[in-house]
Amino acid sequence: MLRLECKNVWKQFDDKHVLQGVNLTIEPGETVVIIGQSGTGKSVLLKHIVGLLSPDRGAVLVDNVNVAKLSRKKLFELRMRFGMVFQSAALFDSLTVAENVGLAIREHTEKTDEEIAQICDEKLRMVGLEGVSSKVPAELSGGMKKRVGFARAIAMNPECVLYDEPTTGLDPIMSDVINNLIVKLSSELKITSVVVTHDLASAYKVGHRIAMLHDGVVIFQGTPDEIRETDHPLVRQFIEGRAEGPIMMGSGQ
Amino acid sequence: MPTLRNTFRTVGRSIFNLLAVVGGTSLMLLGVIARLIELPRTSRQTFLQMQEIGLGSIPLVIITALFVGAVAAVQAAYQFQDYVPMIFLGTVVGKSVILELGPVLTALVVGGRVSASIAAELGTMKVTEQIDAMELLAIDPMRYLVMPRMVACVIMLPVLTIFADCLAIFGGMVVAKIAVGVSTSTFTEGLRMFFYVDDVISGLVKAATFGLIIGLMGCFNGFRTFGGAQGVGRATMQAVVSSCICILITNYFLASVLFRLIFYRGTT
Repeated sequence: MLRLECKNVWKQFDDKHVLQGVNLTIEPGETVVIIGQSGTGKSVLLKHIVGLLSPDRGAVLVDNVNVAKLSRKKLFELRMRFGMVFQSAALFDSLTVAENVGLAIREHTEKTDEEIAQICDEKLRMVGLEGVSSKVPAELSGGMKKRVGFARAIAMNPECVLYDEPTTGLDPIMSDVINNLIVKLSSELKITSVVVTHDLASAYKVGHRIAMLHDGVVIFQGTPDEIRETDHPLVRQFIEGRAEGPIMMGSGQ
Repeated sequence: MPTLRNTFRTVGRSIFNLLAVVGGTSLMLLGVIARLIELPRTSRQTFLQMQEIGLGSIPLVIITALFVGAVAAVQAAYQFQDYVPMIFLGTVVGKSVILELGPVLTALVVGGRVSASIAAELGTMKVTEQIDAMELLAIDPMRYLVMPRMVACVIMLPVLTIFADCLAIFGGMVVAKIAVGVSTSTFTEGLRMFFYVDDVISGLVKAATFGLIIGLMGCFNGFRTFGGAQGVGRATMQAVVSSCICILITNYFLASVLFRLIFYRGTT
C-alpha cells in the first residue's frame, strides 16, 4: 500500500496556471475521489503522482519519496507499483486485447505464455469481458476499451491504482460494475486509489474521501456525507449541477 | 519599431526551434545508442519493423530503380553520341547508380514512405496517451518503440539499396539494348571495366546513414506531436520534409569524405 502526498504543487503550461498550490494527502488503502470542472487540472495532478509530469514548484511524495527527484530506473521501479486507467483507455492499437493486458507481465516477469494468458483471462473476467482476447482495440466499443484498460491497469497487482474518469462513456450498469470493482480492490486488497471523475454517483459510492479542485487548488475535502451537507457555495453549485452560481461558465476550461 | 521587434522575435524563435530540433534529435540518437545493449529484448519488434520497412517498400523500390536505370542509360547514350564509345555506357550507368542514384533515390522514396509512417504511428500514440500508458507500465518507449524502428531502418536501407542497384543496372541494360542498340555483352563489359568493391561499400555506407536519418526523423517528429489529428498531420509532413532535406545535405558531405577515402586508397 502506498501513501501519496501532494505538497504545494504548482504547474503552468505556457501562460495557463493549471495547478496553483495543491495540497492533498492520500493515506494507504484509502480511496480519494477528485472532482472539479473540466480543465481544472485533475488529470494533470494524476500525471504528477506517477512522474509523467514534474511540478514547477512543490513536491509529490510517494511513501515519502519525492517522485520528481527519482532517477529513471527508480521511477520505473516505482511505476511498477502503480496501475492507471486512462480517460481514453489508451490501449495499444497494434496489439490484441490479451497482448495489451499481458504486456507489462511479459516485459517484467519470467512467466510463460500460458501463465500470462491465464492471468489475462482472469483479469478480463474480473471486468466482465470474456472471449475478446484475440480482438484488437479497433474492434471494441468505447466501454469495452475502458474495461480492457482497467484489466491492464490491475494486471501486475499494483499497490495503487489511478483512475482517470473510469466510468465516462459507460452505461449505468457497466458503470456500477466498475464502481464495485474499485470498491472490491480497495476493500479486499487494500489498494490505494485515486479516482478523477465527474460522475457524482460513482464518487459517493467509491470514495472514502472526496476532494474538489477549483482554480488549481483543493477548495474542499471530506467524506461523501460531509460533501453532501456542506454549505460551501462552489461545491454546492458543482454537486447540484447548476449553471448559475459563483463558478462562472468556462472558468475552468 | 514594432515591425523590427517582430522580425527579431521571429528570427529568434526560428533559431531557438532549430536548436531545439538539433538538441532533441541528438539526445534521441544518444538515447538509442545507450540502449543498444538491450536490443535482444526487442528483437521481435525489430524484426517486425524490418519486415514492414523492407518488404513494404519493395514495390516502390522496383518502380523507382527500373526507371532510374533506364533514364540513366538514355541520358548517357544521348551525351555519348559521336564522342564516347558506347562500351562506356555500362560503366557510366553502373557508376552513377552504385555511387549516387541507387542510395540517394532509394533513400528519398523509402524515406518519404517510412518516415511518414513512423511519425504518424508514433504521433497517434502520443496524442492518444498510448506512450504515457507505456511509461506507466514501466516500459521504456525509447527501447520499445524508437530503437527497433531506427535499427530496422539502418539495416534495411542498405538491403533495399543493393536491390535497387541491381534493378537499376538491369533497367539500364534493357534500355541500352532496346532503345540505343548496345548489346548486353558490350554493356556488361563496360560495367565490369571500372567496377570497384569500394564503390559499392561507399554506396552502402551512405544507405545506412540515410536509414539512420529516416528512422530518427520519423521517431523524433512522432514523439513531439501535440494537438490531435492536425498535430499528427503536421508531424508527418515535418518528418518527410526533414528527412529528405537531411538526406540531401548529408549526401554531399558523405560523398566528399567517402570519395576522398576511396581516391586516397586508390593512389597509395
